[in-house]
Amino acid sequence: MLKVDVSKRLGEFTIEASFASDGRVTGLFGASGAGKTSLINIIAGLLRPDRGIISMDGETLDDTTTGTHVAVYRRRIGYVFQDARLFPHLDVRKNLDYGRRMNRLAEDSGLWKRVTELLDIGDLMDRRPGKLSGGERQRVALGRALLSQPRLLLLDEPLGSLDEERKEDILPYLVRLRDEAGIPMVYVSHDAAEMRKLATQVAIIQRGRVTAFGGTEVLPTAHASA
Amino acid sequence: MFDISPTEWTAILLSLRVATVATLVATPLAIAVGWLLARREFWGKALLDAVIHLPLVLPPVVTGYLLLLTFGRRGAVGAWLAEHLGLVFAFRWTGAALACGIMSFPLLVRPIRLSIEAVDRRLEQTAATLGAAPWQVFLTVTLPLALSGVLAGMVLGFAKALGEFGATITFVSNIPGETQVISSAIYALIQTPDGDTAALRLVMVSIVIATAALVASEWFSRRAVLRLHGN
Repeated sequence: MLKVDVSKRLGEFTIEASFASDGRVTGLFGASGAGKTSLINIIAGLLRPDRGIISMDGETLDDTTTGTHVAVYRRRIGYVFQDARLFPHLDVRKNLDYGRRMNRLAEDSGLWKRVTELLDIGDLMDRRPGKLSGGERQRVALGRALLSQPRLLLLDEPLGSLDEERKEDILPYLVRLRDEAGIPMVYVSHDAAEMRKLATQVAIIQRGRVTAFGGTEVLPTAHASA
Repeated sequence: MFDISPTEWTAILLSLRVATVATLVATPLAIAVGWLLARREFWGKALLDAVIHLPLVLPPVVTGYLLLLTFGRRGAVGAWLAEHLGLVFAFRWTGAALACGIMSFPLLVRPIRLSIEAVDRRLEQTAATLGAAPWQVFLTVTLPLALSGVLAGMVLGFAKALGEFGATITFVSNIPGETQVISSAIYALIQTPDGDTAALRLVMVSIVIATAALVASEWFSRRAVLRLHGN
């Protein structure tokens, strides 16, 4: 269960968001500039809220009344960015293994096999990120986050930098991830169709505020845009 | 002409030792300072930056004299170090290494600072989301990506240390076998009748070493560009 109740002033813009979700995939839906990315940066611990509480499965990650702020690297919250952000000096194998090494987790060949098969990245192991296509990069970034064994996975428009055709290639992987990986996800997108395919619960974000929360029925109809 | 005499060999090897020790001791410090200047805002940052660059603009003889006042046997720091740690700088090769280290420090810090500034901070954030503590982020992301800058700085600093003259001769004098490095040996030879040929030999040796260092430095910066593009 993820509980978020925070406010944060960013220049002229204020985020005031409150929701609680125990869905497998919580969608944050809204136009660009609505504050979706800032909101998941707060959940990840990259931004500190001015006021409020964030908790995950009963553990408090942020609480401004007690001054609690768990450091990013201690949160065990995976984050997949729009631009994959693979480490350029490491090959795919080392990128994938990075989180396990940093968290000093034991090697888990079963998990490794499941994740690399799920994402179809077994053949890329010895390549450098510079030699990967956009879709491959994004799949490796997903695998890297999963293999760090997070308890929550944040995805910030992971398809945003891909063209339509590539999006269609990656979407099935995300659906499989939702159904097989067993890790709750927060999925940010401004694409209603994408959201409908993936999300189990949706928060509509407009100008920094949650204006609706519920199942995918809160999404605007097919021809309306965000 | 190409017969290098034992005295000259002594000066060449001493130069290499002084420059190597100076570079190896200064590098970790330069990485720390380069990181501070690149990544942190703090009170007195401009002052720190200025102090580091002073040896570049001060007359070397001034730096050497200040070292003598501070690290000489009767200097505030020098006396303490000699008494408590048995570490003596004045008129020793270690003093030459200290002088070279300080004179080459700004050249070492600059490329390191620039290469750390060039490291994408979003990659550092990404590492943190994968569970890397700040020191792990530094060792596994920042430093490897800045490594070519560090190596380029080391090469430049080494070349500078090899050529240092003014501060060294002021601080530790020109004692053959102890503090006489290539440049002070050349200086001594030029003032000796018939020293020209020997001086020229050492001149050529310094040109060869300096050129090799510059070529190496260029090679490292090319590697840096490739590395940052993930190839």
